Amino acid sequence: MLLEINDLHVYYKSYWYTLKVLNGVWLRLDRGERIGVIGESGSGKTTLLKSILKILPQNGMIPRGEIRYDGKDILKLSGNELSKIRRKEIGMIFQDPMAALNPVFKIKDQLYDILKYKMMIEGHNPSSKELYEEASKIFSDVRLPDPDRVLESYPFQLSGGMRQRVMIAMALISAEKLLLADEPTTNLDVTIQDQILKLIHRLVMQKNLSTILVSHALGMVYQMTDRVYVLYAGDIMEEARTRELFSHPKHPYTQLLVASTPRLSSVGVGEGIKGKLPDYRNPPAGCRFAPRCPYVMDKCINTKPGKIQVNREHVVSCYLYD
Amino acid sequence: MSLLLPLRYLSGILKVYYSIVCLWNDTLRLITSRDYKMSQRMEVDGKTALKRLQNYLNNYYFRKIVYSIVTLFGISILIFIIARVLPGDPARLALGPRAPEDVVEQYRKLLRLDQPIYVQYYYWLIDVFHGRFGLSLVTFRDVLTDITEFLPATVELIIFTLIIDIIGAFSLGVLSGRKPNSIIDNSVRIFAYAGIAIPSFVWAIILQLVLANWLDLLPAYGRLSLGIEVKRITGLVTIDSLLSGNLIAFGDAVAHLIIPSLSLAIGCIAQEARILRANLIENVNKDYVLNMYAHGIPGSTIFFKYALKPSMIPTVTIMTLDMASMLGNAFLVELIFNWPGLSRYGITAMLRKDLNAIVGVVLVIGLAYTIASIIIDLVVSYLDPRVRHRR
Repeated sequence: MLLEINDLHVYYKSYWYTLKVLNGVWLRLDRGERIGVIGESGSGKTTLLKSILKILPQNGMIPRGEIRYDGKDILKLSGNELSKIRRKEIGMIFQDPMAALNPVFKIKDQLYDILKYKMMIEGHNPSSKELYEEASKIFSDVRLPDPDRVLESYPFQLSGGMRQRVMIAMALISAEKLLLADEPTTNLDVTIQDQILKLIHRLVMQKNLSTILVSHALGMVYQMTDRVYVLYAGDIMEEARTRELFSHPKHPYTQLLVASTPRLSSVGVGEGIKGKLPDYRNPPAGCRFAPRCPYVMDKCINTKPGKIQVNREHVVSCYLYD
Repeated sequence: MSLLLPLRYLSGILKVYYSIVCLWNDTLRLITSRDYKMSQRMEVDGKTALKRLQNYLNNYYFRKIVYSIVTLFGISILIFIIARVLPGDPARLALGPRAPEDVVEQYRKLLRLDQPIYVQYYYWLIDVFHGRFGLSLVTFRDVLTDITEFLPATVELIIFTLIIDIIGAFSLGVLSGRKPNSIIDNSVRIFAYAGIAIPSFVWAIILQLVLANWLDLLPAYGRLSLGIEVKRITGLVTIDSLLSGNLIAFGDAVAHLIIPSLSLAIGCIAQEARILRANLIENVNKDYVLNMYAHGIPGSTIFFKYALKPSMIPTVTIMTLDMASMLGNAFLVELIFNWPGLSRYGITAMLRKDLNAIVGVVLVIGLAYTIASIIIDLVVSYLDPRVRHRR
């Protein structure tokens, strides 16, 4: 077991109210395994990834929960151990490369800093020539041509695809064990999406990285992952092997989600799910999907369903299967 | 009719000015409109004189300077008219209530006040091209002479204020932005509210009272202590004393500068520190900062490098604008500290309806804003590559 998350709660506090975003998320990831987290926008997918690296924004807090990485609880680690993990073991691809690259620094400044601190933890203080060589090597890994130009550029001077490749290069520097990919293709053109997806797939296979792929592009998740978690409004609704989940979705939310994906074989677009995400300031006490659920029962509203094992590798959090 | 006449002059002159600006714009666009890539390609072929001229005219700062000359020209027209349209008789004000009417009339003729405004402006413009800005009605000297006498004192005050401002604003902003809502942040907040709410002349009196009168640490007013003299070279006492190697005078001049510059700076420091804090707090939560945390880069490096640089841009912009506005706003502080500066001169000119002096002072302030905007551009384009490459 590389990563195990139990009962993770994440709140965002502001002066007036508290947003209770994650509501007891659980998740496990074996070494070399690739899992996907799907769910609509605003369901806490990015928050989940950020809390694994403990890089929540300043108003974010984790009142309860446990993130066991390699046997250690990340939330209780000392600064040194944590920065070792951040520098060498876990890498993260951010959703929007334009937002995740500092606009007023050259790619060189940012990339070299990342490389330098990683090498320093290996007890080696690199010269700028070494940094350059290392950077060109990683750039060729992510198929970025002309490293000299890219290094000397500012983020806004690169195309969207190139920015995402730079982002992936940065993540790869740190990801020696675990790669967190937060919707890596959402902000790209469709033609580029496929290239980037193939690139990530190839790199993950090549380096045998454990991966958490967060996305609402279900097709991409289907192609790339072994197991899938369905996250809705900060709750894990269902967990199953990928094929099983897409062919036999159990949770009403998953069923609706899968049904709403447009398919080539079907006519028109899917139905969609009526209603919208609950208000995180005052979320439902029971199942968070209850207000939108077509099969809602009385007990759904007051108490949150636990994990219900449907079969050996299929867990669902719904009273329908109790 | 007599009331409409100046309005007609005004609209006529504005029309002329507007067409001049349009003409300028068109000419510039015509000269610089060639595609930039085209001129780049020409560079490969070999530098022609025309291409070099184009590049030169295409230069952002060159264009900026040209535009600011046009702007200053416009300001001169506007202020020239406004000063003359306002009620009050400058000749009468200059000579006093007891002067006989025929003398006043003669004086009016001397100043060409009996002629239409555009004629007056025409003669004024000719004077300007000869290096004269007209006679001051108060000092009876050329306005340019007056300005060169009074401007250095204000410039010195502003430079010193700016130094204090930069140190104060950045250190307070960083201190409070580093740990928002901590004790330090809250104390800075209280200081900032007081700094913004209390005008600079009140600070001047408070500081004078505390630092000079009660604690007796610093001199209360003036530029130099009695008995210390510095030969005038640049007009900036601190620099003159250094140039003539008089360290005692230098120390004395700096001591005299502290309270006035501090009282001018406090308001600016307060405002800028708050802006820097707000930007820091915002940027610390941006993905590009979180990305650096995700790679285990030490917090202090992230804060002072990756969060501070983008946060500095708005602060620096406001700082430079504050600097320019000080030139006109420093008059109360200059009055309190008996500081022989331009603001005080300008206020006297306004009260006495000293026409030429008003135009001269406003032009200097306009020039200061132009210079400030060029400085802003330089600094911001240094800090922000997006701005640099857009040009």
